[in-house]
Amino acid sequence: MSARYKVGDTVRVRQAFPPGHCRTPYYCRGKSGVVVRCCGEYRNPEYLAYGTYDGPEEPLYRVQFMQTDMWDDYSGAPHDKVEIEIYEHWLVPETS
Amino acid sequence: MSSDHHHDHGMYDSDPLHHHPPQPDLEDTPLTHHQIMQIAVGELLIEKNIISADELRAQIEFQDSITPARGAELVARAWSDDGFKGRLIADSKAAGDEIGMDVGPVPILVMENTPTVHNLIVCTLCSCYPRFLLGIPPDWYKSRSYRRRAISEPRKVLSEFGTDLNDSVEIKVHDSTADMRYMVLPMRPAGTDGMSEAELAGLVTRDCMIGVTVPEGPSKA
Repeated sequence: MSARYKVGDTVRVRQAFPPGHCRTPYYCRGKSGVVVRCCGEYRNPEYLAYGTYDGPEEPLYRVQFMQTDMWDDYSGAPHDKVEIEIYEHWLVPETS
Repeated sequence: MSSDHHHDHGMYDSDPLHHHPPQPDLEDTPLTHHQIMQIAVGELLIEKNIISADELRAQIEFQDSITPARGAELVARAWSDDGFKGRLIADSKAAGDEIGMDVGPVPILVMENTPTVHNLIVCTLCSCYPRFLLGIPPDWYKSRSYRRRAISEPRKVLSEFGTDLNDSVEIKVHDSTADMRYMVLPMRPAGTDGMSEAELAGLVTRDCMIGVTVPEGPSKA
């Protein structure tokens, strides 16, 4: 599986709430950020959690977000950031 | 206290032969579901000859033996050698190999503090931690309070750890959500010129490498 995104791409985390185990924190869903690192490919934890150890590997990215975009009442400095590891199937291209 | 157990245990207890241990023995607390599962899986792996009891014991012993001194050694080396610092940030596994240190099977990304950026590590979903370099995580790192607040109000959390950063410094929080682990490379403190790597390593604490504090230079005593 080849990586769909590259460093510098603007992406949005899907606003989705599937049942079961996943590694995408609630607080970043629906938020827009920038890819800062392509981490390689890893097995999808949403399958691993249920015992499927031979599923396909999937690209994993580090995505950087502005803290003020994450929290309505963020009290820190406007340039503060958070970086999160997110699997490719959770990301869509930011169109706007 | 149960109704059949209502006597006094104070220092004036009249019966010197009746006493309780100062804290419960391990077996006095019921096993949790996950403890039972852990024991069962361990026993099955041994019964089926997948690993031996000694291999299991040795791995637990190894995990328990890791201390933040391993991370501190890498930091001190990076402070002493710019080339090594660059390689450590680019690929911590290869950099570890250079000095004969196995940084473990999970990629560890080294995040460098600078005069303008301060890094902080958290795992909001559970308790992911660079165990191969820092050992067992402190209890507070695993608490819901730290996991919730480090991400949403990092400056307040840092302040509670005694770390007050100017608003001009950008705070970058790294949430270890998946297959990477993180370690902070703190800035070398002032007043450390001429110190050996071993002396420098002594300044680097676990908390500095999580990012909740910054290292201090040698005391001027």
